[in-house]
Amino acid sequence: MNTVAEATLKRPGSLEKNPRLSRWLRVNRDGTISISSGKVEIGQGILTALAQIAAEELGVALERIQMIPADTSRSPDEGVTSGSLSIQDSGTALRQACAQALALLLARAAMRLGASIADLRVVDGTVHAGHRSTSFWECSDEGLLDCDVDMELPLKGPRDYRVVGQPAPRRDLPDKVSGRPRFLQDMVLPGMLYGRVVRPEYGFTKLVSVDGSKAESIPGFVAIVRDGDFLGVLAEREATAVAAQRILRSTAEWEKAEPLPRDIHAWLKEHAIDHRVISEKSDAGAKCRSAKILEVSYTKPYISHASIGPSCALARFEAGKLTVWSHSQGIFNLRADLSKALRMPKDAIVVRHAEGSGCYGHNGADDVALDAALLARAAGGRPVLLQWMRDDEFGWAPCGPAMALTLRAALDAEGNITDWQHELWSNGHSARPGRSDHPALLAAWHIANPFSRPSAINMPLPAGAADRNSIPLYEFPNQRVVNHYVREMPVRTSALRSLGAYANVFAIESFMDELATAAQMDPVAFRLRHLKDPRACAVIEKVARRANWSGWRSEEGRGHGLAFAKYKNLGAYCAVAAEVRIDHEVRVTRLVVAVDVGLVINPDGVINQIEGGAIQSTSWTLKEQVRLGSHGIASLGWEDYPILKFSEVPSVEVELIDRPDFPAVGAGEAAQGPVAAAIANAVAHALGVRVRDLPLTHDRIVAAMGQAT
Amino acid sequence: MPERFGFSVNGVATEIVASPDTPLLYVLRDDLGLKGSRFGCGSGQCGACFVLLDNHAVPSCDTPLWSIAGKSVVTVEGLAKDGELHPLQRAFLDEQAAQCGYCTSGILISAAALLQSNPAPTEADVRAALDRNLCRCGSHNRVVRAVMRAAVETAS
Repeated sequence: MNTVAEATLKRPGSLEKNPRLSRWLRVNRDGTISISSGKVEIGQGILTALAQIAAEELGVALERIQMIPADTSRSPDEGVTSGSLSIQDSGTALRQACAQALALLLARAAMRLGASIADLRVVDGTVHAGHRSTSFWECSDEGLLDCDVDMELPLKGPRDYRVVGQPAPRRDLPDKVSGRPRFLQDMVLPGMLYGRVVRPEYGFTKLVSVDGSKAESIPGFVAIVRDGDFLGVLAEREATAVAAQRILRSTAEWEKAEPLPRDIHAWLKEHAIDHRVISEKSDAGAKCRSAKILEVSYTKPYISHASIGPSCALARFEAGKLTVWSHSQGIFNLRADLSKALRMPKDAIVVRHAEGSGCYGHNGADDVALDAALLARAAGGRPVLLQWMRDDEFGWAPCGPAMALTLRAALDAEGNITDWQHELWSNGHSARPGRSDHPALLAAWHIANPFSRPSAINMPLPAGAADRNSIPLYEFPNQRVVNHYVREMPVRTSALRSLGAYANVFAIESFMDELATAAQMDPVAFRLRHLKDPRACAVIEKVARRANWSGWRSEEGRGHGLAFAKYKNLGAYCAVAAEVRIDHEVRVTRLVVAVDVGLVINPDGVINQIEGGAIQSTSWTLKEQVRLGSHGIASLGWEDYPILKFSEVPSVEVELIDRPDFPAVGAGEAAQGPVAAAIANAVAHALGVRVRDLPLTHDRIVAAMGQAT
Repeated sequence: MPERFGFSVNGVATEIVASPDTPLLYVLRDDLGLKGSRFGCGSGQCGACFVLLDNHAVPSCDTPLWSIAGKSVVTVEGLAKDGELHPLQRAFLDEQAAQCGYCTSGILISAAALLQSNPAPTEADVRAALDRNLCRCGSHNRVVRAVMRAAVETAS
């Protein structure tokens, strides 16, 4: 069975919307090949993996592949770089495109050499027929690839791969370890001004007044830019822009927004407006056998993206045209919303991708692009570089939504789950640009002729959003899963790495352990008993073996736990074993992760993504919660929003199960949910007490122990 | 009001005329074009802007220009010598010890300061020395391996 071949139907992935071959690649005279993907580098190493795919299918050395940064004026429109879909969307498209380019190049070479294609011998782009030779670089011209990808061509089989499946060093790292300018934050254009946006440290409805006189007196001050309730400042130097911003903020007066709810999880349960049953199974016979019923509730707080570098954009208005450099995940969608917010035609805007700090979802990248554009519009043709300050980022970027969950299950006398119910309450998990008539850009809601703020929505199942991974992969005879959608947003929410999967998997896998305890069964055996999917069983068995699950020796204050999920119920299989030690706080000492992403493109890239996801999820699970003040987010610096430090990071061991016959799927989000639940299960194992509210801080543990006694 | 300040940057005598309270970070990035030190928080809490000041790792975002007069500053750009990467930089490439890389410069500076004072650190020493540097992508363990590797390679 070759499922890879089955997955590559005609026009796979992003080719459907972007069939033109010349949009994807160009063969250059200098012996290089330029590849244009619409997917963008956000620190996950995607451009390296896509270069590997292109080199493999074209049969050329990896070094010949140049990855062109995405640009709305020439790249294929591949939507958003999100959801761990880049390998599926862009990778499969590139394979097909490169296969057709190779066929066209070989046909041209055969013609030039007066030989048949079957007689050609190709080595790294040089084509030999007998003693004569030519090359891809000589054969290609403007017209050759100017056609649609429409040929039914056999693709290379995974067993012939030489570049794909091998570790490849990241292409961006030499610049990054040398300190060379590489990030958007480092760009300099002639005549460039520095901008800062001025927003208060709380939610507001109106800018009442601002006194610019003190800021204007700083040497190098250029202008205050006000558009309705939007306020920004321009300066010749960055330090001046920062100083002016601080002064303006302290002298401006805003009208405060409505107070925030005190108990956000209770509030969510009271404010749901749509109640959707998303999975239902019933078997009355099985239900009759129910002997024991458990019902518990779990919560997850708002979580911040907390990238190390605040969001940044560079914008320039020239002759009625706007060019924006952005580290947005979706440059085409950003262009669409800039066009709405600035009330100018889409054709007059080009958005170019440039690398920013690590990105884990819909952060401030898009918002800051409009901020920069508004300042550039007032800058008389001079380009404007604008980076948010740390408190802009913590206070104004969208958060990953808070969630409340209630699970109920019944066990029969033999320890089988006979009934399973899962209810979740949450805001939507996506308020990305490009999806509504109203721009999803912060400043658009503050300018003189403002737009209303679109509500966060949920994408449909099976991938889902708030309800992502809420339907268990286990086989239960009775099952009911309900998604209670809350439209009103006291805190702005949008997509954060793995969306609802983090909380849903945390709840499901915590509850599986609670049920295993009630059934007096080992958690591994209990899971395997309820699973049929062999790939799911394989990752659980692998992780249990590697972590020496059955050889665990009890020790005061130590515990271990295990959890599993198949990301989105469509993607990577991932099982995690966590070991913890508890003294004053929870300390995760070891994580073992087994993962099956189908065909592995870059093993080191997958391991890096899994390690990173596991460590970030450990940080979320142990430490992170956005603090709410009376009128807005109160955690505006690292002192209020601590993340995991070097000395607190556990060892992470990753086991890859390579399955070259299954389609490659993404790795970036697979570990988020299972890590959280594995840690929670380890904490319960160590203490004999269950903590059901994230994060698992000292205070939470003390509270849970108090309730238990 | 702007004043004149003299100090050394990566071994080169440098003079800057600017307001005394200008953060060193902006002088490095905007006056001297050294973009390797990066803005993260503006209050010395994340490490992205770290530089060596007389061999100590300090946050340049929180270091006013007046305080460095007559001192020696080394930035990430100054770690390489005669076109050869510093052993730490080579080790970071060998271990692929980064994801987004925004925090990398500051971590290299903290690690360089550590190896100057403690050429044979334990893993716990490395982690403790890097606790002032935040990394959000989760590259910590690769970074620790890279620093240990650089220490071994420097010693041999």
